[in-house]
Amino acid sequence: MHELAVAQALVEQVEAVISQHGATQASSIRVCIGPLAGVVPDLLAHAFPLAAAGSRLEHAKLEFAHAAIKVRCETCGAETEVAMNRLLCGTCGDWHTQITSGDELLLESVELETTRTLAPNS
Amino acid sequence: MCDTCGCNLTPGNRHLAFKPVARGATAVSVLKGLLAKNDDQATHNRAHFDTRGLLAINLMSSPGSGKTALLEATLTALKDEFTCAVIEGDLETENDAARIRALGVTAHQIVTGTACHLDAHLVHDALHHMNLDGIDLLFIENVGNLVCPASFDLGQHLNVTLLSVTEGDDKPAKYPVMFRAADAMLLTKTDLLAVLDDFDPDRAESHLRNLANPAPVMRLSARKGTGMDAWLAWLREQLAAQRARVALGRSRRPAIQSDGQRYHHVTA
Repeated sequence: MHELAVAQALVEQVEAVISQHGATQASSIRVCIGPLAGVVPDLLAHAFPLAAAGSRLEHAKLEFAHAAIKVRCETCGAETEVAMNRLLCGTCGDWHTQITSGDELLLESVELETTRTLAPNS
Repeated sequence: MCDTCGCNLTPGNRHLAFKPVARGATAVSVLKGLLAKNDDQATHNRAHFDTRGLLAINLMSSPGSGKTALLEATLTALKDEFTCAVIEGDLETENDAARIRALGVTAHQIVTGTACHLDAHLVHDALHHMNLDGIDLLFIENVGNLVCPASFDLGQHLNVTLLSVTEGDDKPAKYPVMFRAADAMLLTKTDLLAVLDDFDPDRAESHLRNLANPAPVMRLSARKGTGMDAWLAWLREQLAAQRARVALGRSRRPAIQSDGQRYHHVTA
């Protein structure tokens, strides 16, 4: 339900990237959303056109990078892939674990349309 | 900031930054938290709190699990010890703020309209309607919702998540994002356990541990006053810890969205 707020934040950030790089518009946007971020990619994809209408990214393609939920065990050191509501070590079963992947909410990269060719990341 | 100097490029994501693209186009790597603007505002709010040495606590739960009743009992118990203030978040009405003001405590009501959560900007606007000088504890009662509030940092130091015993002991397994964000979990309305045969407090706690969350679990009834001592002692301990941090020029972020983003070298 809060995906529209996230879509609006995404539009603001991409607009800033467009301005920062002197580009005319964005052609594709890649975001990485972990299952534990509390944002549903499908709902964000539905909210995106509403938030992007009239902006310099309204024609951009929104792509999602998949992030698996992984934890590193503080007891045995193993890194294992786990289920969303069971963040226990897959090797020894201990619950003293740290999430290493799966709670990301990141704008990963943007492809920009420019009137001239820019050096990557300039 | 790493999003401008490029030092956030790692062997794992470099291919994204230098992806070959057609002439007239360029790909840029951003790797910035999508809620960076909210997080910047939250950091600003936290600086307001730290300057005054106060401890800010975000209360989250389902609607009706007893957040306001807990606040009433807490504020009454602490009235001679600390100066407290409350920010209330609801879709409509000033009812909760009125309940707090009836105790002689400063309260500001945020009416969100249709928004299902508080964000850092709403809280910042509320702070401009309050005088924080001399406040020891600031409670922010979030909109009753076990989903959205967990994704937005408000500038608080701690998240406290309430689970009332009438709701079902598997809520942490059903709403992992919310319960993973808890710095403390309170099982509320425990006086009703006597008439409920399907809520097992130990099972609720084990569902929380399954989320790798070491947060303390406290069982209490705000209406009957049972179990309040452990909660009040925890608050005193946390306020002392906050004052010790402030003296060292440090702060604390709640358990919300932390680890994975750190591994991605994101500073936003």
